[in-house]
Amino acid sequence: MIRALRPTTRRRTRALHLLSYLALAAIGVTMLMPFAWMISTSLKAPAYAVEFPPRWIPSEPATVEIEGRVCRVARLAGDLRVAVVSYSPEGAHVQVLAPRSRAGERLVVPEDRLEMVRVVRLRWENYAEAWRARGVRVREAFFGLARQVDGFLVFYLNSIIVSLCVTVGTVFTSSLAAFAFARLRFPGRDAIFLGYLATLMVPSIVIMLPVYALLSNLRMTNSYSALILPAMFSAYGTFLLRQFFMTIPQELEDAAVMDGASPFAIYRHIILPLSKPALATLTTFVFLHSWNDFLWPLMVVDRLALKTLPIGLAHFQDSYTTEYHLLMAASVIVMAPVLIVFVLGQRYFVRGIVLSGLKG
Amino acid sequence: MTSTPHPPAAPAPSARRRGAGALTQALPFLLPNLLGFLAFTFLPVLACFALSLTDYRLAPISHLRDLREQVEFVGLRNFVRLLGFRREAGRLLANDPEFWRYLGNTLFLMLGIPLSIAGSFLLALLLNQPLRGVTIFRTIYFLPTVSSAVAVCIVWKWIFHQQPNEVGLLNSLLMTLGVSHPPDWLGSMTWAKPAFIIMTLWATVGGYNCVLFLAGLQGIPEELYEAAALDGAGPWARLRHVTWPMLSPTTFFVVTMSVIAGFQGSFLFTAAFLMTAGGPAGATTTLMLYIYNYAISWHQLGYAAAIAVVLFALVLGFTLLNWRYGQRLVHYA
Repeated sequence: MIRALRPTTRRRTRALHLLSYLALAAIGVTMLMPFAWMISTSLKAPAYAVEFPPRWIPSEPATVEIEGRVCRVARLAGDLRVAVVSYSPEGAHVQVLAPRSRAGERLVVPEDRLEMVRVVRLRWENYAEAWRARGVRVREAFFGLARQVDGFLVFYLNSIIVSLCVTVGTVFTSSLAAFAFARLRFPGRDAIFLGYLATLMVPSIVIMLPVYALLSNLRMTNSYSALILPAMFSAYGTFLLRQFFMTIPQELEDAAVMDGASPFAIYRHIILPLSKPALATLTTFVFLHSWNDFLWPLMVVDRLALKTLPIGLAHFQDSYTTEYHLLMAASVIVMAPVLIVFVLGQRYFVRGIVLSGLKG
Repeated sequence: MTSTPHPPAAPAPSARRRGAGALTQALPFLLPNLLGFLAFTFLPVLACFALSLTDYRLAPISHLRDLREQVEFVGLRNFVRLLGFRREAGRLLANDPEFWRYLGNTLFLMLGIPLSIAGSFLLALLLNQPLRGVTIFRTIYFLPTVSSAVAVCIVWKWIFHQQPNEVGLLNSLLMTLGVSHPPDWLGSMTWAKPAFIIMTLWATVGGYNCVLFLAGLQGIPEELYEAAALDGAGPWARLRHVTWPMLSPTTFFVVTMSVIAGFQGSFLFTAAFLMTAGGPAGATTTLMLYIYNYAISWHQLGYAAAIAVVLFALVLGFTLLNWRYGQRLVHYA
């Protein structure tokens, strides 16, 4: 607004920017720390998962084989490389490895003069072990299509099946209903819509209990339908899309009506193409919500063959209570795809929240 | 356009028939969603009220073959048992002291909400500056929100870890900072709830609320700040007299939604379920977990429904109060 800022102002702005960056970075590091710790632990050997002080980069004591024995490598004060052979009351028996000139020399030194040498060791094999998830073996899965499936594949495919069905179902039925509420006139429209609105505020558990009772009575728990159907008709989706459809100018529709377009043609060829941002938002939110949903699957499914990722991971935690390196590997396995998709498409996602003023 | 040919509508003879025609036209659009909505949302809400007046019991889902239901209309007996008090030896005792305790837990854990909202607001202020690369930070802050709550809870359980000879990440950091005896977070009656609040703060501070605040900030016209600056307003005065009132609709929305979500506490349910099993000694059991336990673990759906109805009433009561009194603080431009 003013062409030349006075130097003091400029200096102050720069100082302010620097401070802001520092604050942003400090908070960023705090936010990332649990993720970093998760990845770090997931690559450690069980014996080195808990150490004080904690090590961020997974490392293990270096070892060499001398005369058929595995020995730890330590550094002697004075920067000689040595291999510890054995301990005795008078100190550590060591055999010098380097420098060359003194190699092979054996000496006894007090233990506190030794500094253990560690090497970086990333145990990627933890991921393979976590993925196999011992004990997770399913005879018949995925509508009986698969004979035998092991490990996390079961949970992954279930999550994909459930989330895809829920998302497609919600977007399809919600967009149809939203079209009726926003663009058609029929008796009782506003009353019905008010009914939709009223349920938005109801705590979800109020809805879940009777549905759970109903499904139990119909012997429908432990089925894909139990996981998918109740989640497919969200009032939220209808509300969100209706609000967006309302903003599309009426003239476009009038022109189509003049051309003799049916309501379905208007829905399909005018409203839907113009609502791509809202549809994309709803798609992302519904998918994410379904993918991460914990409580409902926990209530209606206890057969391993039907468990989705969140309850699968909870099951995994039950059988690997203390094996934190594997628990962390499994957590990465569950988290990674969603985080990658989010980082790639975050612009879209964040715009979506703003667009709809919508929340979890 | 591949629209199907549609005969021009004949002029409708009466309003009533036009209404009926409009309804037949709307039904194909409406029905798929409406039927599902009625079956899985609307009627269940009513059914929950009905359930809460019964003594409904249900066998666990793994024993479906032995399913024995027992439905008996009990009137308001569930609510008397839940909310009532009785006098015993001159003292007033709650019929269900656990309910009050878990309600207290829920409210205590909700103390994290104002902290989280204030944090989101500050973060939004930071993110709203014309700095290069600020999107990267926004993305990082948002990561916990898209992460699977189950995985997040498992990771935090590991961070809070404390065993006789093992210290988790948090306590290692505390010890490095000079705290000689850091608490056993999840195993202590005193520290389990603060631990949950810390974790929730981490999980929510950069999430939806922050993005909403940021959008609100970006919607404030630059002219207002310029005018304020011309009137000699400093940064604090601009924040107080421009940003704050202009942002109040967003704040109102954020507070309302956060409190409603706080009563339900689905993240805290996951946390309590996976990290502490509601313990130690019920210290982290929330109303949601209490409902879950009655419905699923103890198969008493009627009583669970009664607690759910009370939870609903709490949410409703808060929302009404908020609309009645909170609305006054909102400045609509």
